[in-house]
Amino acid sequence: MASLKDLRNRIASVKATQKITKAMQMVAAAKLRRAQEAAEAARPYAERMDRVLANLSAGMAGRADAPALLAGTGSDKVHLVVVATADRGLCGGFNSSIARLARTHIRKLIGEGKTVKILTVGRKGRDALRRDFGDKIIRSWEFTGIRQIGFAQAEDISRAVLELFEAGEFDVATLFYSKFVNVVSQIPTAQQLIPASVPAGAGGGVDLGGAVYEYEPDETEILKDILPRNLSVQIFRGLLENVAGEFGAKMSAMDSATRNAGDMIKKLNITYNRSRQAMITKELIEIISGAEAL
Amino acid sequence: MADKLQFDLVSPERLLFSGQVDMVAIPGAEGDMGIMAGHAPVMSTLRPGIVNIDEAGKPQQRIFVRGGFAEVTPKGLTVLAEFTVPLAELDAAALDREIAHAQEDVTDAKSDAKRQAAQEKLDHLKQLRQVI
Repeated sequence: MASLKDLRNRIASVKATQKITKAMQMVAAAKLRRAQEAAEAARPYAERMDRVLANLSAGMAGRADAPALLAGTGSDKVHLVVVATADRGLCGGFNSSIARLARTHIRKLIGEGKTVKILTVGRKGRDALRRDFGDKIIRSWEFTGIRQIGFAQAEDISRAVLELFEAGEFDVATLFYSKFVNVVSQIPTAQQLIPASVPAGAGGGVDLGGAVYEYEPDETEILKDILPRNLSVQIFRGLLENVAGEFGAKMSAMDSATRNAGDMIKKLNITYNRSRQAMITKELIEIISGAEAL
Repeated sequence: MADKLQFDLVSPERLLFSGQVDMVAIPGAEGDMGIMAGHAPVMSTLRPGIVNIDEAGKPQQRIFVRGGFAEVTPKGLTVLAEFTVPLAELDAAALDREIAHAQEDVTDAKSDAKRQAAQEKLDHLKQLRQVI
C-alpha cells in the first residue's frame, strides 16, 4: 500500500494537472469564439461565390469547352487527397477521426488500382498518415506559428493544388476536413474540390425579373477566373471549420479531463483519509496493548 | 434620383461594406463601370483598381480591390474581392519603403519558389502604389 506521503504527492500532482486542463479548456473556449466569428465572417463570400458559380455552371453543363476544373480531365486514375487537420493534439478524437476517414478512403482508392497522392495540412495529419502512406505525401503545411488562419494560407494551398493540376499530376482532388456542427460534434467530411462540385439548389436563388445576365468578358472567361478562386474559398472554408472544430473538440476534451481529475482527487482523498485513520488506529492499538502488558 | 443602390463589398475574411448608396464605380476587366440603382444584370471580373462609393451627403469612399468580380442583380451590386484596403489607410511613403524591401527580397531570394513569392508581393505593392 502506498504511504501517506506518496498519496499526498499524488493528490498534489493531480490537482496541478486539473488546473492545467481547466486553463486549457478556458483558452479553447475563448479561441473557439474567435474561430466561430471568423467562420461566420467568411460565410457571405462563400455563399455568393456558390451562387455565382451555380448560375454560371448551369449554362456550361454539357458544353465541350467547359474548363477542366469544372468538368474534370475525363479520367479518374490519379487522386489527390488533401487532408486538413489541426497542428496540435489534446483535442480528443478530432485529428484521428479525420485521419481515419482519409485512411479508409485512400485504402479504397488503392484497392481500386488508382494512384493516390497526398497533401497534408496540419502537423497531426501528417504524423498520422506518414506511417502508412509516407511515400505518397508530396507536400505538407504547418501553421503552428500563425495566430489566425487567413485567406493567404488557403490561397497558398490552392495555388499548389492548381499547379499540380495544370501539370497533369492528378485528375480528382478531395479535401478532408472536419465540419463544425457544434461544440460537442464535429463530423469528418470529404469534399470534392476538382472537378468542382456545384452546390445543388444554390442556383436560381436570385430572380432577375426576366432579364439575362450580361457577361463581361464572356462566360467562359469569367468561369476560368472564378474557378481557381472558388478552390481557394472552399479550402479556406474547410480550414476555418477545422479551426473551430479543433477548439470545440479541445474544449470538450479538456472539460472531461478536468472532471476526471476531480473524480480522481476525490478517490485519492478517500484512500488518503482511510489510510491515515488506519495508521492512527494501529498506533492506538500499539499503545493500548503496550499499557495492558505492563 | 430617389432610388438607392444596395451595395455589398465582401472579402473572404469579412463583409466590408453593406448599405444603400447612390452610385458605385468599379474597375471592370474591360473598363470602368458606374453602377446606379436599376442597372441591368451584369457579371464582370475586376482588374486591380479602386472602387468608388458615392453616398449623398458623405465624402466619397475609395477602396482598393484586387482579384475579384462584381455581380449586378435587380437587388443590388455585390463585389467579391480577395484583397481589399481602404485608400485612407494607405500611405505613399510607407508603401515606397515596402516596395524597396520587396525589391531586396527578390534579389536576395535563394530559391525559385522564394523569388516567385517575393516577386508576387512586389507586383502587388506596385499595383497599390500606382493607384494612389
